[in-house]
Amino acid sequence: MRFTQAPIRNRAGAVLAECGRTVLVTGRSLMLFPCILFNRECRRAFFEQLYTAGIRSLPVATVVALFTGMILSLQLGIAFRQFSQELMVAYTMSFTMFREMGPFMTGIILASCVGSAMAAQLGAMTVNEEIAALEMMGIDPVRFLVVPRLWAMAVMAPLLSFYICVVAFCGGALVGSTQLNLPFLQYMSEVVRVAEIKDLYVGLFKAILFGIMVSSVSCVIGFSTRQGAVGVGASTRRSVVVSFLVILIGGYFVTRFFYVF
Amino acid sequence: MSSESVILLDNAVMAFGGRRVLNGLTADIRKGEIFVIIGPSGTGKSVTLKLISGLLEPTAGRVTVLGEDVNALSDAALSAHRRRIGYLFQSGALLGWKTLAENVALPLLEHGRIPPGEIDRRVAAVLEEVGLGASGELYPAEVSGGMIKRAGFARAIVEDPELLLFDEPTSGLDPVMSRVIDRLIASISRARGVTCVVVTHDLAGALQYADRIAFLKEGRFLETASPEALLKTRTPDIRAFLDAQFVGGTYGR
Repeated sequence: MRFTQAPIRNRAGAVLAECGRTVLVTGRSLMLFPCILFNRECRRAFFEQLYTAGIRSLPVATVVALFTGMILSLQLGIAFRQFSQELMVAYTMSFTMFREMGPFMTGIILASCVGSAMAAQLGAMTVNEEIAALEMMGIDPVRFLVVPRLWAMAVMAPLLSFYICVVAFCGGALVGSTQLNLPFLQYMSEVVRVAEIKDLYVGLFKAILFGIMVSSVSCVIGFSTRQGAVGVGASTRRSVVVSFLVILIGGYFVTRFFYVF
Repeated sequence: MSSESVILLDNAVMAFGGRRVLNGLTADIRKGEIFVIIGPSGTGKSVTLKLISGLLEPTAGRVTVLGEDVNALSDAALSAHRRRIGYLFQSGALLGWKTLAENVALPLLEHGRIPPGEIDRRVAAVLEEVGLGASGELYPAEVSGGMIKRAGFARAIVEDPELLLFDEPTSGLDPVMSRVIDRLIASISRARGVTCVVVTHDLAGALQYADRIAFLKEGRFLETASPEALLKTRTPDIRAFLDAQFVGGTYGR
């Protein structure tokens, strides 16, 4: 795969070429997993990306998850209180978070915090000819740059998704205990009781998928950057927008696949 | 210099969208030669280097480098082929998160055929050669543009390439540092018999080390000649280019 390419003027052609490259880069990165085990540089970059994608996303993830849990519980509580069914708040929260909101929020946080940084970094490297320099040294930019990022996101996304669910339940239980007359422990035990193993694994699968999609989309958009600093800014914005679209569309089809068929 | 061809450009055309940058470029660059490409900005000098290196595919025509048709090579073969070529980019193109020494060591480490002790020895030797013996542990953000260029130079030669490509090796450098780079190009080529293709606006440097100078205009080599012959040319475009750099009785910077 050649990374230094003449730009395609035809807009539809450029979009199609980028879709094709994303598929190729994703497939190649997944197949190149052994590099993380056997290549020292790749392994070092992988651990660095684990820290970036996972640990550095925790503060944002915690605040977003806590308040999302609180808002959802409050709104659901207001509705269910009319029917004296406050415990249904925990039930609804359980499957909503595990099935949809957990992985969805993970994808959104990763796209905006991590994917955008990937697109900006690789974009800056592209316009500074660092990607071309790697190619000239006979170093595959996919193996050197994308593989550690993609696999770190694939590993961290499900963990982050599970963490977001737990924090959201805590936020919900806090609202339950202070405003809905639902004891904290009763709320939490209801969440665990109604949780199905399928909800958990489908949610984690979605998170892995979103992690992979966000990283490959961001990297490919970074590689396609042109026109200096303006191009880097445009790539960063585009990576966030495209990642959001991919998460929404991909999320729908995964839900349909697991819960309709 | 031998008569063996290292680079053959056969009617190479490069178009971006509807705009033709190279318009039937033809050249035969021989082993051990220092071939300099000069010309006005935007005439496709850097694009020519990218065609030779296989970073860009020509829209039409053939590019044969070190006996291989660059565009007929598979990805793996092209990657192996590029390891025979050193490339100094205009910006130096060092990786910002690595020290100068790590940048230079990168190709050796990645190809994993040399023991670590030998890599350290070789990196120290090339850094010394470009005058960066004491700066290997610094990061690109901590050093000047000239030092980045020299580190890029060291990285280009660390694998003992058969062909070296230089994209504006002295742009943005002071005259003293430009002379250092000029001397390095000449000494590397003469000492190791490496073929060099240099894209530059720096006529004074080019006149020092070039075997042949080609003037690129509107996507074609208007004239290719020895430095002495080029200075006597009557072609108006080249004359204007040369005269613009003629200051105080010499072609200076």
